[in-house]
Amino acid sequence: MSLESELANARAERIEIIGVTKSFTTDRGTVVALDNVSLKVAEGEFLCLVGPSGCGKSTLLNIIAGLDEPTSGRALAAGQPIQGPGRDRMVMFQEHALFPWLDVTGNVMFGLRLKTGLSNKERREVAEYYLQLVGLEKFGRANIHELSGGMKQRVALARALAPNPSVLLMDEPFAALDALTREQLYGDIQRIWEARRKTIIFVTHNVREAACLGDRVLLFSPNPGRIQAEFHISLPRPRDINSVELARHSTEITAALKGFTSTAGRQASE
Amino acid sequence: MIRAISSIAFFVVLLLSWEAASRSGLYSPVLLPSPLNVLEYLWQSALDGTLWSATLVTMQRLLAGYGIGLLFGIPLGLLTARSRIMQDTLGLLALGIQTLPSVCWVPLALLWFGQTEAAMLFVVVMGTLWSVLIATSDGVRAMPPIYLRAARTMGSTGLHTWFNVILPASLPYLVGGMKQGWAFAWRSLMAAEIFVTILTGFGLGQLLQYGRELLAMDQVVAVMTIIIVIGLLADRILFSPWERFFHRRWGTGSVK
Ligand SMILES: Nc1ncnc2c1ncn2[C@@H]1O[C@H](COP(=O)(O)OP(=O)(O)O)[C@@H](O)[C@H]1O
Ligand SMILES: [Mg+2]
Repeated sequence: MSLESELANARAERIEIIGVTKSFTTDRGTVVALDNVSLKVAEGEFLCLVGPSGCGKSTLLNIIAGLDEPTSGRALAAGQPIQGPGRDRMVMFQEHALFPWLDVTGNVMFGLRLKTGLSNKERREVAEYYLQLVGLEKFGRANIHELSGGMKQRVALARALAPNPSVLLMDEPFAALDALTREQLYGDIQRIWEARRKTIIFVTHNVREAACLGDRVLLFSPNPGRIQAEFHISLPRPRDINSVELARHSTEITAALKGFTSTAGRQASE
Repeated sequence: MIRAISSIAFFVVLLLSWEAASRSGLYSPVLLPSPLNVLEYLWQSALDGTLWSATLVTMQRLLAGYGIGLLFGIPLGLLTARSRIMQDTLGLLALGIQTLPSVCWVPLALLWFGQTEAAMLFVVVMGTLWSVLIATSDGVRAMPPIYLRAARTMGSTGLHTWFNVILPASLPYLVGGMKQGWAFAWRSLMAAEIFVTILTGFGLGQLLQYGRELLAMDQVVAVMTIIIVIGLLADRILFSPWERFFHRRWGTGSVK
């Protein structure tokens, strides 16, 4: 495999979730994290999943990542059943999950080292390319603890992009960051998505964030986890999180979110 | 700089008052040798080779036992952390045995192995094994599970995960345990050498004990000095580099 072919964009994949139910049984009883959820994500689509915490967003992402199996139903990537994790679907977690015993380049190269057919020099060049893409080319030798929260998530993004996946799964990657850093990253993620054209599934509980990033936003409701509503966001990119049109979309989504959280509240009090 | 000066000044004053005390004639020179006598003994025994051969014998015992302790302690610790049944059996046993001061192995070792090298080895292994096992297992269990999930998504499985994720993630604990194991092994070996005369080799502990029997206080103090120096050197050579590495990479001191 050559460096060019390694750096060429992998074909974005489509993801299909067909009637997936996932329940967890613990000492305290059974939780239905996902109840008969079906959805399709097109090749190269940027899909956002929003909803209050506990509505099964992470569970769904884990199933697509192959880290977890559905209790029933089917999950397909590029038409094939998902059986375990694969480098075609990389994950970015809420906590950065970077390895503190490796420096920045070492972290970005972790997945690349497991790829055969590349020389170490090529791996290093690939890592450098992605560090440059996230604006951290000067920090290759830095230790993880020396980076700010935003920089850590950039490294995590570079690490997820480095094996050239077709699908990028992001689980509230910016939730722990301050507002200013987040706004910068919204710009970056849109730029990178334009450049690398992945299918992205992005989980958040921030409605505005979802409206800013997604082609489409799916609203989840908890107990049991279900898809409640779907919104198409057809604003031009790059989008500004503070723009008025975006605010209209996020108001609409927030209204829908309030709708079912207040009915749930009323049901509970009855 | 000021700190270095105050350290040096402290030790100079200490040595001078020691010398003064031994010259004052208040104490029997048998009980309080002068520092010069101690130095002279060190010089003599270095020249005639007694000191080197005793140090060599002791270090051989220590390194062999320590090596065996690590060889079994680390893998068993990894297994103990990752398997429920191992944790409820071996883990529990290790936790109990670890509370036993390692010197307490000496009588048992003597009964089992007699006055042999095997007894020495056994004592050192027991000193090392359990603390390394427990530290390894603690280190693995303290690892955030998200590391494993992240590694899996990047295609790491099986042995690759063990060597490239689990082991390095628990390294600060592991080195903490190795350091403790070293200290236990070193102390118990000295105790064993003092208690046990075996003809296959005279270690530092035996040299110390002969000093007592010969009422050669200069020898006793000299050997004690050597034992301290070895302890300090081991810390500097074996463990400090690791701790500096952790400090730089993790941004912490060693975890323990
Ligand atoms: N491993 C697990 N064991 C037991 N319950 C779980 C587990 N993972 C998730 N759950 C439960 O499933 C529900 C959905 O969780 P999650 O997918 O993490 O929600 P979200 O990411 O939307 O906040 C929650 O009620 C949670 O407590
Ligand atoms: Mg979650």
